[in-house]
Amino acid sequence: MPSFVINEKCDGCKGGDKTACMYVCPNDLMVLNVETMKAYNQEPDACWECYSCVKICPSQGVEVRAYSDFVPMGGSIIPLRGTEDIMWTIKFRNGTLKRFKFPIRTTAEGSIDAKNDVAGDGLDNENLYSEKGKTLPTP
Amino acid sequence: MALPNKPLGELPAVVDPEIEEREVDILFIGGGMANCGAAIEVKKWAPNAKILLVDKAAMERSGAVAQGLSAINTYLGENKIEDYVRMVRNDLMGIVREDLIYDVGRHVDDSVHLFEEWGLPVWKQAGDEDKPLAEGGKPVRSGKWQIMINGESYKPIVAEAAKAALGMDNIMERVFIVKILLDANKPNTIAGAVGFSTRENKVYVIKCKTMLVACGGAVNVFRPRSTGEGMGRAWYPVWNAGSTHTMAMQVGAELTMMENRFVPARFKDGYGPVGAWFLLFKCKAVNALGEDYMVRNKDMLKQYEPYGSAPVTPTCLRNHLMLHEIKSGRGPIYMNTVDGMAKLFEGKDKKEKRHLEAEAWEDFLDMTVGQAGLWAGMSIAPEETNSELMPTEPYLLGSHSGCSGIWVSGPEDIGPSEWSWGYNRMTTVNGLFTAGDGVGASGHKFSSGSHAEGRIAAKSMAKYIRDNADFAPSLKSSAKELADEIYAPVKLFHEFKDLSTALDINPNYIKPKGLLMRLVKITDEYGGGCSTNYITSGKLLDRAMELLEMLREDSQKMAAGDLHELMRAWENYHRIWTVEAHLRHIMFREESRYPGFYYRSDFDLIDDENWKCFVNSKYDPETGKWDVFKKEYKQIIPA
Repeated sequence: MPSFVINEKCDGCKGGDKTACMYVCPNDLMVLNVETMKAYNQEPDACWECYSCVKICPSQGVEVRAYSDFVPMGGSIIPLRGTEDIMWTIKFRNGTLKRFKFPIRTTAEGSIDAKNDVAGDGLDNENLYSEKGKTLPTP
Repeated sequence: MALPNKPLGELPAVVDPEIEEREVDILFIGGGMANCGAAIEVKKWAPNAKILLVDKAAMERSGAVAQGLSAINTYLGENKIEDYVRMVRNDLMGIVREDLIYDVGRHVDDSVHLFEEWGLPVWKQAGDEDKPLAEGGKPVRSGKWQIMINGESYKPIVAEAAKAALGMDNIMERVFIVKILLDANKPNTIAGAVGFSTRENKVYVIKCKTMLVACGGAVNVFRPRSTGEGMGRAWYPVWNAGSTHTMAMQVGAELTMMENRFVPARFKDGYGPVGAWFLLFKCKAVNALGEDYMVRNKDMLKQYEPYGSAPVTPTCLRNHLMLHEIKSGRGPIYMNTVDGMAKLFEGKDKKEKRHLEAEAWEDFLDMTVGQAGLWAGMSIAPEETNSELMPTEPYLLGSHSGCSGIWVSGPEDIGPSEWSWGYNRMTTVNGLFTAGDGVGASGHKFSSGSHAEGRIAAKSMAKYIRDNADFAPSLKSSAKELADEIYAPVKLFHEFKDLSTALDINPNYIKPKGLLMRLVKITDEYGGGCSTNYITSGKLLDRAMELLEMLREDSQKMAAGDLHELMRAWENYHRIWTVEAHLRHIMFREESRYPGFYYRSDFDLIDDENWKCFVNSKYDPETGKWDVFKKEYKQIIPA
């Protein structure tokens, strides 16, 4: 498919300022049908299974059904991404369940300081702004 | 293909789009690692310049790192820059731009330190957990150059910094730049670029003094092993369409090493990463008999000295030995995860085993979830069941373990003077810069090196606009003419769409999907794709060029009914040009420089005497003629 939208859960992000999956899909696959107010994957055979749409969906309405041409049916991988970590639930075709949690970020979202007021050494040397005063090696 | 009962074409394209004209000093095309690096660097050097970054997708999840990564493959740390250059040189079979690689090597750690400061979790050795890399904290290395990270949010973090530095007012997302434009008055000089929105019927004509084109490598240029839904499961990002290479070559930028390609040996079908399995978990790849084919076939490497006996066997030669097993009927090839994990589990308690298991899964979940999906679908636990390996279809790229790309000026203080014609990372076209996958003959930068290279380019561009402050770009064509050219597939669609009852089948046009399948069939069957075990020849390439010529003519008949399809049409134009450059270079280089990536059956060995040189090429936008030629290789770092 590979990513697919669960009919019951999708409301087209009508309460938000954008349709989240459509906003984020790197390959422009997720689109909103404005009549039904449901999103869908318009080109499943161009899906990288990057899970960007799955992770961002505010109603957990997007999942992935693995590639039909080489993956036997019945397994699933479901992430739950928070601000500091991500929890993965893996279900095997044979029913085995595995859960893993990994950190994703050590700082608060939106906290990065771009430091545009930091000047470098001068335009005519090779030092980058944060390498101020450093003597760059040469062979 | 549409889902049943769902309409396609949610954003229909109209014949006459709106046109918006803009003028800036600095234009960044692409929103991946390289341009995110450029974005955080540029304002420090050009605080008053007008800057615009344009991304085909949303920066938060665009480019090769969109999905995340489980490792940063280039972090020098305690290693010597000279050794980094030696490693890259040997892996790429002796012909690389050592000035550019050395330059990446001396800046790359600074970018990694910024990533950690911004919030990227980096694995540390016991005792150093709270000590940042910048203060000497020791990373967990999976190899000499690689460090492990919890990298699910690698791209959102790096993009957040870039967005904060530029400001969202200076960023346009969902705009696909498709052509670079030369100046009407000043020869061989950049004046702007043109593209279109994939969200509304709007064409953007943007004038600029300088631009950084860095929008990845080329994927789906060869027929992939999976041609159903799995076609999307490309090893490299499936949305990389050769735009970087094509847009630069079309304005006459000199290319280098376009014969190079990358054929990664990966977990079969899911294309999950193998690096951590080899390096961190110490697993071996074996044939169906359980033999380590690197040992069994070790004598085959003697044909390829001095590269074959190097301490680390080049990636292409490892493929070469694997392919020998497959062709000899000793497949399937397996990653022996069972023995590898058993060894790792020795003497470990339950908690430690559980930790190792999590690390193994994280490797996939951080960067190739689809491979984890394959394991789930096959009920594979790596400690219980081995998994198949397979070399993929070929990819063209300049930042990973490949080096096709654009010939750029290097830093003044490293290489010979003829490799430094002014501005670091500027192409042979004035004002046109590139980084990441765009820079040729300089592989093994990976995510961190691409970011650092974008920063290097941005500083150079600031210098360029200072030195060319008086330059006022002017375009050769009117905005309307440019918009008509971009929307040609839409116009064609509307002219003929009512002829048949099925929109996709019509004798007057071809849909982008059909054209793509035709392109990848040609490259696969004649250009050394999977179906011939990567073998091509002068004669096969001649035939490929004949077929490509007709394909190129027919590409003018691509039709697009909606904005998504218009994007696919333009991606195809870019793919065709990239493929042509690739095949022309392979044709010119009469040897097989990269056994395991491709073979010329008519020149089946490496010929250092005649071919230890760069192959460069140039398309002349005035005459439409190609020129392919040798360029001298120079060694900077002694063996």
